[in-house]
Amino acid sequence: MTDTPISVQARPAIERGFRLQWEAAQNAHVLLYPEGMIKLNGSAGEIMKRCNGEASIADITADLERSFDTTGLSNDVMAFVSMAVAKKWLRIPA
Amino acid sequence: MNSPTPNIAPAPRPGPPLWLLLELTYRCPLHCVFCYNPTDFARTGPELDTEDWLRVLREARALGAVQLGLSGGEPLARDDLEEIVAEAHRLGFYINLITSGVGLNETRIQALKAAGLDHIQLSFQDSSKQMNDFLSSTRTFELKSKVAALIKKYDYPMVLNVVLHRMNIDHVQEILEMADRMGAEYVELANTQYYGWAWHNREQLLPSREQVERAEQVTRRFRERAGRPMQIYFVVPDYFERRPKPCMKGLGSIFLTIAPDGLALPCHAARMLPGLEFPNVRTSSIESIWFDSESFNHFRGDAWMKEPCRSCPEKTRDFGGCRCQAYLFTGDAANADPVCDLSPHHHLVTEAVDRANRPQAEPKPRVEEKPLVFRTPDNSTALFP
Repeated sequence: MTDTPISVQARPAIERGFRLQWEAAQNAHVLLYPEGMIKLNGSAGEIMKRCNGEASIADITADLERSFDTTGLSNDVMAFVSMAVAKKWLRIPA
Repeated sequence: MNSPTPNIAPAPRPGPPLWLLLELTYRCPLHCVFCYNPTDFARTGPELDTEDWLRVLREARALGAVQLGLSGGEPLARDDLEEIVAEAHRLGFYINLITSGVGLNETRIQALKAAGLDHIQLSFQDSSKQMNDFLSSTRTFELKSKVAALIKKYDYPMVLNVVLHRMNIDHVQEILEMADRMGAEYVELANTQYYGWAWHNREQLLPSREQVERAEQVTRRFRERAGRPMQIYFVVPDYFERRPKPCMKGLGSIFLTIAPDGLALPCHAARMLPGLEFPNVRTSSIESIWFDSESFNHFRGDAWMKEPCRSCPEKTRDFGGCRCQAYLFTGDAANADPVCDLSPHHHLVTEAVDRANRPQAEPKPRVEEKPLVFRTPDNSTALFP
């Protein structure tokens, strides 16, 4: 498969059939899908919960930097989103 | 027990039962010869009523259960399925319906969607009407095709499951073409697991090694074809392996099954294991069943293991394999799963495979010797009068 680079203006959304939710028993965000579950680490959970199909990757990065009072997250966010799109956890609506 | 070996760990306190499987009923319109349900299902007690199932959902969710399978039998045989789904959804479960499709009309799928059902896995017995209908001892192929269209219409990902065995494994190409035509997103080609009715009919169902290899090859080629994406899972029959599967990731670690009569089991086949008194949700809470009951603690950790598992470095990866398979082949559930070639009983598996590998010039006498037994209440009663 050839990976076309994802634009920072893209607005990622959770893939159809997947559901993201906070699980207190696991103290983590989990991604639920047909007959399976992925337990997300803290930063993955923070990124994923902002992927609502409306916020762009640039918006998500800015929001994270504001929320955690930091800078320079854009590469990390883009790397995670690209991975999640490749794994089909996220989709980029046309 | 004698002096404990240093590398035998005490049973750890388990995490939550993340995976809850409710076998809502043993009633089923199909009579599949490869069903894993117990062959004595006709003599199990009455089914739980709606209130019991709702209580099970609430108690399990409170412990952290999150993936929910609704199965059976045919779960659509319960007319309170929509109510069960609605409560499960309200509680935050991800809900998988595992169905033959019989009973799923537009009214019901609409109600299930509204109730919050997340996913439907539809089973087919074969790509051809004749074989599908023969293997399930019903006329259901066309009905299932209609259900597949309904699943699409209601915007569910289409997940098809086909159980493979000697009689349909040579049709894998046709099965995949059928799935493609139906617009399936996922296809599970699951080789039969030999428990229950499948164990009873094993000599007729186990494919030859050559059949398995050919089916794998066809699957590989199909994956490489151009066109719409379709994920294909090919589950190899473990009889052809040299190491056992890590069954249920160890009994009592994440899976909890509740049988139609309320019996709580660490896997859906465990009812057969002798000497264990499994608790019932009619009289015990899910919390006490999961954490405190003797039968759920029995196979946790590795103190129960015998050699060669006990001193084997791979025990933390495969947990000695499947307890039910160990019991079925060797009569002792604490033995190594004989699929493992380190097991002193491994020859029992290879002998079964050797018999399956033999060319079957005269299939007819074999069938007359031991006919296929369809999964029906009558046959169940006949086997266990």
